[in-house]
Amino acid sequence: MVSETATAELEARAERAESRRGVLVGAPPFAYLILFFALPLVIVVVYSFASRSSTGATILGEWNLDSWLRVFSPQVAEIAWRSFWLATTTTFFCLVFGYPFAYWIATRSPRARALLLVLVMIPFWSNFLVRTYAIRFLMGVEGPVSVISQALGGEPVRVLFTNTAVLVGMIYGYIPFMILPLYAALERMDWGLVEAARDLYAGGWTAFRKITFPLSMPGVVAGSVLVFIPSLGAYVIPAILGGSNTVLLGDYIVSQFLAARNWPFGSALSTAVMIVMLAATIFYFRRGGRTL
Amino acid sequence: MAGGPAVELVGVTKQFGDVAAVDDMTLAIGDGEFFSLLGPSGCGKTTTLRMIAGFEYPTVGSLKIHGREMGLLPANERPVNTVFQSYALFPHMTVEDNIAFGLQMRKVASNEIAERVRRVLDQVQLQHRAAAKPSQLSGGQRQRVALARALVNEPEVLLLDEPLGALDLKLRQTMQVELKDLQERVGITFIYVTHDQEEALTMSDRIGVMDNGRLLQVGDPAAIYEHPASRFVAGFIGDINLVDAVVTGSNEVKLSNDHVLALAAERPTGAAVTLALRPERLELYDPDETIPDGHYRLAGKVTRKLYYGDAFYYDVSVGLDRPLEVKEENRPGVETYELGDEAVVAWDPASTNVVRD
Repeated sequence: MVSETATAELEARAERAESRRGVLVGAPPFAYLILFFALPLVIVVVYSFASRSSTGATILGEWNLDSWLRVFSPQVAEIAWRSFWLATTTTFFCLVFGYPFAYWIATRSPRARALLLVLVMIPFWSNFLVRTYAIRFLMGVEGPVSVISQALGGEPVRVLFTNTAVLVGMIYGYIPFMILPLYAALERMDWGLVEAARDLYAGGWTAFRKITFPLSMPGVVAGSVLVFIPSLGAYVIPAILGGSNTVLLGDYIVSQFLAARNWPFGSALSTAVMIVMLAATIFYFRRGGRTL
Repeated sequence: MAGGPAVELVGVTKQFGDVAAVDDMTLAIGDGEFFSLLGPSGCGKTTTLRMIAGFEYPTVGSLKIHGREMGLLPANERPVNTVFQSYALFPHMTVEDNIAFGLQMRKVASNEIAERVRRVLDQVQLQHRAAAKPSQLSGGQRQRVALARALVNEPEVLLLDEPLGALDLKLRQTMQVELKDLQERVGITFIYVTHDQEEALTMSDRIGVMDNGRLLQVGDPAAIYEHPASRFVAGFIGDINLVDAVVTGSNEVKLSNDHVLALAAERPTGAAVTLALRPERLELYDPDETIPDGHYRLAGKVTRKLYYGDAFYYDVSVGLDRPLEVKEENRPGVETYELGDEAVVAWDPASTNVVRD
């Protein structure tokens, strides 16, 4: 018979062997992430404390807080506010349009559900840039909206290069990220609970308000985070659909690296945006009580 | 309304595509009755319950509750409440809020809600768990909350869909007694759906046995058990020996071993009939023992013996297609038989049921 201490020793040894195997499996992706994710991130943070020469070269070694002080300037605050407002509006509309759609998918037969989910994901099969340019055509003066308006005897309509254009493009681009987690939450719904609510004298709308919606909250939170975060730093869509009228955080940061050649300031801005996003994410999930 | 049935179904059929889940059902359930719908899964008992609740609507037929035609009235406008099989407690609400839900929906004053919730919590002995979430409760406690959540509304009819199915045996037996007591105390009509014959027998005033969408037999538990009308009902409820026989005269039937019994089958000569015999109504005798006059007797050999603690089950081969199963209670001094023993199976003619196929 094996004594109790010997058993404990054997168990501990088995556990160590187990964790060694875990390290072996985890090492390659871990190394990959360190090299291509963590390291560049560190570089960005380090650069934000560097200074810029008059020709636009970044001087490492003369560390200072100048770039960080500029992050808190009124000019940046205005751009940040605009970006925040756009991200919030985008998230709101994605939720308003995405929820009924996700609900509709989740209440179809399993076969139809699979098909509809594929339809939601089809846009991902073509290049994001190409799709955005296609929208640009739709919104232009020669686009169908304008053509129809003129055929009806109205003025040519140009949506392109307005805030509306950016918003429409953002909703289009990010709505799948809202629909998928919402669908996941609604698909797990126990519809028996809705029946129970109906049995307890709740009308259809009340049952939704009291039961379905609260129970789909994890999906609402996850979807909102997944839409809000990329919306806040959006670059491609505002650049293509918004033209130069509306400066947002995304293009402002890009312009620091490319046009202004002020890498330290660009780095400081990126880092600041990341910190805000991280804080928002943590806050959201604490409130939602769930992880992705 | 006094004296009228609480629930009345006339010619109710529910069609799902080509399948009739419930087929031409006519049934009246009395006020204050504990009525069980019993049958195997897929027999239509749950569909019947869901039609009464208002989750499904009859394809044809009339469904009335206390004389009022339900028609296409939605579930939330019917004077019934349901205890669901999986309880369907709202996971994001406390026990208290779950129970108060129905009263809140009906806009009952909040101080009255508080009072009624407190009283019903008392009744199911869960006062100390009022603030708990359903996930923190045991299976038995959840069951009680589901019951309380329905009862607090004082429905005209309470519908129960296999409410004890998820509980373990001991708890299920305790809850059977509690449910029956509760029903007698509150005096509400209970319609209880189950596939468990024991549950149906112990609790019900009347039982309706269903198979394949059809209501086969309605009667009180003793009638259903002692006088099953059909082969299905006989076989579904309790253990039973089904013996094939042919009517050979106005007062005799012949078994497949050519043994003739004096029995008025009330069928034309030549008709095939089935005799249903409960194992506990059969008795075993030694070949030389005296058997009461008038009892039927079949001689054979013991081919199997099972010890159940409270009883012995013997299989006795008497030359029929299958051996007869005989149950002998394990009383002090009871004579036991061993495999291969010669024995005579005897029974009172009154315990013989002729059933339909």
